[in-house]
Amino acid sequence: MKNSKKNIVLKTEKLSIGYQQKKRTKIVTSEINLEIKKGKLVAILGKNGIGKSTLLRTLSKVQKPLSGKIFINQKNIQELSEKELSTELSLVLTERLPESQLTVYELIALGRQPYTNWIDKLCATDVEKIEIAIEQTEIKHLKNSRFHELSDGQLQRVLIARALAQDTEIIILDEPTAHLDIHHTIKIFSLLKELVSKTQKTIIISSHEVNLAIQLADEMMLLSSDTFHFGPPTELIKANAFTTLFPKELVSFNKTLEQFVITKI
Amino acid sequence: MKQKNYSKHFSLLSVILIVLFFLNIRFGSVSIPYKDIFNILFGGDISKDSWETIIINFRVPKAITAILVGSGLSVCGLLMQTLFRNPLAGPFVLGISSGASLGVAILILGSSIFGGVLLTSTLSNLSLPIAASFGAFLVLSSVIFAANKVRNTMSILIIGLMFGSLTSAVISVLAYFSEAAQIQQYLFWSFGSLGNLSWNELIVFTCIYSVGIIGTIFVIKPLNSLLLGENYAKSLGINIKKSRNIILLITSLLTGVITAFSGPIAFVGLAVPHITKIIFSSSNHKILLPATAIIGAIILLICDSIAQLPTSEYTLPINAITSLFGAPVVIWLLIRKKKLYV
Repeated sequence: MKNSKKNIVLKTEKLSIGYQQKKRTKIVTSEINLEIKKGKLVAILGKNGIGKSTLLRTLSKVQKPLSGKIFINQKNIQELSEKELSTELSLVLTERLPESQLTVYELIALGRQPYTNWIDKLCATDVEKIEIAIEQTEIKHLKNSRFHELSDGQLQRVLIARALAQDTEIIILDEPTAHLDIHHTIKIFSLLKELVSKTQKTIIISSHEVNLAIQLADEMMLLSSDTFHFGPPTELIKANAFTTLFPKELVSFNKTLEQFVITKI
Repeated sequence: MKQKNYSKHFSLLSVILIVLFFLNIRFGSVSIPYKDIFNILFGGDISKDSWETIIINFRVPKAITAILVGSGLSVCGLLMQTLFRNPLAGPFVLGISSGASLGVAILILGSSIFGGVLLTSTLSNLSLPIAASFGAFLVLSSVIFAANKVRNTMSILIIGLMFGSLTSAVISVLAYFSEAAQIQQYLFWSFGSLGNLSWNELIVFTCIYSVGIIGTIFVIKPLNSLLLGENYAKSLGINIKKSRNIILLITSLLTGVITAFSGPIAFVGLAVPHITKIIFSSSNHKILLPATAIIGAIILLICDSIAQLPTSEYTLPINAITSLFGAPVVIWLLIRKKKLYV
């Protein structure tokens, strides 16, 4: 019993997310109760504008929850300082990086900031962690290039390496395959899958790649306007949860194929 | 961050800086041979006593002022460009220089309108810096107050620009109602000048400057993480609000004191960080901060030496030279490199 509790890296209690404006509150989703174990690949699915990013932003403390609590390794994230949180959780965001002349190595090294001293000096452990991250994402040949010269697929791997160097148990990625073709999308997905099993980190991603996520994710969160489902893909299929994702006129979920198919054109 | 070895760059730049410092002392309306300059500075026989006065009380303070102003403004520009992640940012964008100008304008131009107490004839050497610092501080406090109200860093940039426009407008109104003599006096101040500082003033200047420059060492880490944007910086454990306030405070302290003592000097703060980024092709602030400071000092020493119009009696306004000399350099660099980085 105690052991299973220890394996839970992320837990939410009656979490309700949304936006608090001056007079009115816009609730995106409420009553989110979930427990995510160590070493899982978790995918968040839902149609555009349903609140995937809001959920990720809330989980990573970029915005406050409307109510409820979030625990990372049994610690309430509202009580953690930015510095403490930075050793528990790292991010890969969709936003474009400002144009600078940082090299790939320097960019990944920034991931070590939570551990470096006030002048940001890298010690031997830091260098080692950076090298491991570079190896795991197979970007050794890019090490000395400037990040703005990279293709979208390469840049995504570099950003994942940066998150790995940050050495946190949880990595959250917001639509990591947004600008990628199918080849690079699968490449990123299999990289994430591989990292989860190799490093026992928990990786949470939001994605529109429903069919891929069903095949690769260990757990899924399905967001729709009035329901919230959480569980392994097979169970969600059994429970017919996927039918809640999109309006039925155009696409529907085919249970035998385990993927979405076009209803009619 | 792992660093390429830039020690060659730095030693070369330091040598250039020292050579330019002596060249700068050498040039002026009175020609003094190198041998005598050396003797005056390091002890020895001097051919003429007046030369010693010229060197010790005028040229050396001026050269030191050039170094402080050039490095200080350039460092401010670098801080602003990284904080706002905008290559167009500079110490002027926060309206701090305009604030300093407003302080001076009220002192000089206001005296003719409000009359009485602030008689121009009673202007001591220190009243200009005090007025300028006060104006700079006033605008700075408003900007920091506004900065803590808005979340978006870009909004702060716009707010700074608005404060700049506001103060310029007030200055125009003041100028409209002023007499020609006062307007001329204000105009001369706005040309910028490095040569009006006594040793006492220079000591005050150096102290405040040092506080600002030492402060920058403590923001190297947040500056580097800000290269990835505020959200990433925050996820790396950086306290954005605190870092932002420290960076704003350093910038206004430096810009304020520099404008107070030397007038509003254009171009340097915007252009030197870009020249440095192109020469060093790095974005790491551990390299960029010292490099920007040295190159800024070098460039202002060059500009000041040109402004002397060597061997002539005239001294051109430094503000004109920095732009005349600098704008083409930046345009040329841009055409060659085609890109400006944050």
